[in-house]
Amino acid sequence: MAQTQALQPQPLGGAGGMPLTQKRESLWQDALRRLMRNRAAVIGGTIIILLIFITIFADKIALKSFEVQVLVDQNKVPQWLLSVFPTMKPYAQISEAYPLGADYVGRDLFSRIIYGGRVSLSVAFIGPLISLIVGVVYGSISGYFGGRVDNIMMRIVDVLYAFPSLLFIILLMAFFRSTLTEIPPGTPAYALSQLDHQLGGMLFIFIGIGLTAWETMARLTRGQVLSVREKEFVEAAHTIGASNWRIMFKHILPNILGPLIVNETLAIPGYITTEAFLSFIGLGVTPPTPSWGAMISDGSAVVRTYPNQAVFPALALAICMFAFNFLGDGLRDAFDPRLRGTQ
Amino acid sequence: MGRYVIRRLLYMVVVVVVVSFITFGLMHAVPGGPFTREKKLPEETIKILNERYHLNDPLWKQYVDYLYDTMVPHITTIAPTNSLLDDFLISKKVGPVWFRWMNFGPSMHSRSRTVNDIFRANLPISAQLGTMALTVALVIGMPLGIVAALKQNTIYDYTGMAMAIFGVSVPVIVLGPILVWIFGVALKWLPPTGWGAKPPYILGFLPTHLGWDYFRFAIMPAVALGLGSSAIIARLTRASLLQTVREDYIRTARAKGLHERTVITKHALKNSLIPVVTILGPLFAALVTGTFVTELIFGIPGMGKYFVVSITNRDYPVIMGTILLYAVFLVVANLVVDLTYAYLDPRIRYD
Repeated sequence: MAQTQALQPQPLGGAGGMPLTQKRESLWQDALRRLMRNRAAVIGGTIIILLIFITIFADKIALKSFEVQVLVDQNKVPQWLLSVFPTMKPYAQISEAYPLGADYVGRDLFSRIIYGGRVSLSVAFIGPLISLIVGVVYGSISGYFGGRVDNIMMRIVDVLYAFPSLLFIILLMAFFRSTLTEIPPGTPAYALSQLDHQLGGMLFIFIGIGLTAWETMARLTRGQVLSVREKEFVEAAHTIGASNWRIMFKHILPNILGPLIVNETLAIPGYITTEAFLSFIGLGVTPPTPSWGAMISDGSAVVRTYPNQAVFPALALAICMFAFNFLGDGLRDAFDPRLRGTQ
Repeated sequence: MGRYVIRRLLYMVVVVVVVSFITFGLMHAVPGGPFTREKKLPEETIKILNERYHLNDPLWKQYVDYLYDTMVPHITTIAPTNSLLDDFLISKKVGPVWFRWMNFGPSMHSRSRTVNDIFRANLPISAQLGTMALTVALVIGMPLGIVAALKQNTIYDYTGMAMAIFGVSVPVIVLGPILVWIFGVALKWLPPTGWGAKPPYILGFLPTHLGWDYFRFAIMPAVALGLGSSAIIARLTRASLLQTVREDYIRTARAKGLHERTVITKHALKNSLIPVVTILGPLFAALVTGTFVTELIFGIPGMGKYFVVSITNRDYPVIMGTILLYAVFLVVANLVVDLTYAYLDPRIRYD
């Protein structure tokens, strides 16, 4: 495993005088140290941890249910919002029971935003997981075996890549949603649609994202594998008779994992946006599951009269995106300081 | 180079056919058809409609017919009729024969329009929006990236890159409603919805006048859509330029006494553009799909509504038409990007 070092950029600051034997340890530690020094990344990470806690304990934090509609309270706002959005003054009805106001059917906006974080965060963690697993397996097979296998596998990726992914997801969602509801009970597809229903429509979002997100990862993995597979340590593994699978996953994969993880972290905001887009156009979560995208969609219909209904979910989404962008950036700089250009 | 372009063009056709195949398959796998309504139509009516739109034919025949109508140029002596089934996007009389190409069929939902009608009336608006968003992205992104790189590790650099992170973190669905409220409702500077251009268009998509009347509608959506991309461009430009100015040939250029400005503009910038050009393909894709949502937020009568609505309505020809259109856009954009490489970096040779 000492080969790990040969491929990674030498740590530029501070590690120069260390004895060689400690270097393998110091790759991840060094990255972690650099990450902790990056204030923006630390803030981003902290916000993410906070968001995770908030969404896990959503039922404790949210004051009300996310689905109970109190029709007499529709569009009511608390007093303090009038100073933020003065245009509402002439017609707004006041109710202090809702910290951020109530939506167009009288649901508590604050509680819905808190619960809505569950959808975005699940997508943020499960999206990369699917894409990493599928993409890495596909990409390493393609890159490792090379030749005709590589050619065919990469042409498939090329064609899928040309297919606009958001369009593809939209089509898939339309397909999933309408076929599976009419399927008789007892079949696997029925079980899937039931599970999707229980998850508030998230299962098919995961599948949709998973089916479209792995292509970039596959290409990246292939490139990385190509750059590593001719190295001496792989040859050495061959000579001692290691199997292809062992070489791929024991020798090559650990050496290329760093860039892959960084890349996947940088892709997370993209998954979050995709979910929000889908929910915005009504193909994402199934109502009444709150999702920031769906809430922005509902809110932007009344943005001229009740801007709070669109602005607060939008801010929540923006904060979440900020956090993941900061963390992703920090991770990238930590793993490859050259990219920051601090030489 | 010529052979490369031809190969790529053939490849484009393959991609478009595959895309059409997948779309066609998925579309017909969804139960219910264009005439399934909440309030059921009479049996007899559905039968007649299916007959008229050839929905009773076997699927493979429908698909082959569709490909034939859309992709194969028709050369006939028969003059075109007014029928909705007979609307070709390109229809020219050359001598005694008609050259006709790209019949995307009638919309099955709004039964007085063809897909080509939608293309002619609404696509130009989406195209204008997309073009302007791309312009915003480039005009904001590149200077920001260049300044950040040239003044590396100064306050300009940090502010620029902080702005860039801000930009990527606010997708159009975040920025859109906020902009509408601030500039459209609270300050009343700009109209919150609508679009300032009507047909006829120059070259099929350019508005005939470009005054304040036009731009006051376009500024907000274009900024909302383009800002995220501008941030990506800024970061990439910065990273790429930083790498380039460390190259040996830049040192050579400096050593031979060139003015710093000349070194940057003549030597560094052009070479640092290559990664920026690479990203334009995917970026274009993001902008094109972003136009749907932007149009919904800002009430712009572009293609976005038709795309989303056609899927829920099972309006087969519109689904196929819009998806194929976007697919063609994207592959053409990628081709243009690849050809631009060759221009920017003479070391890249395609043959």
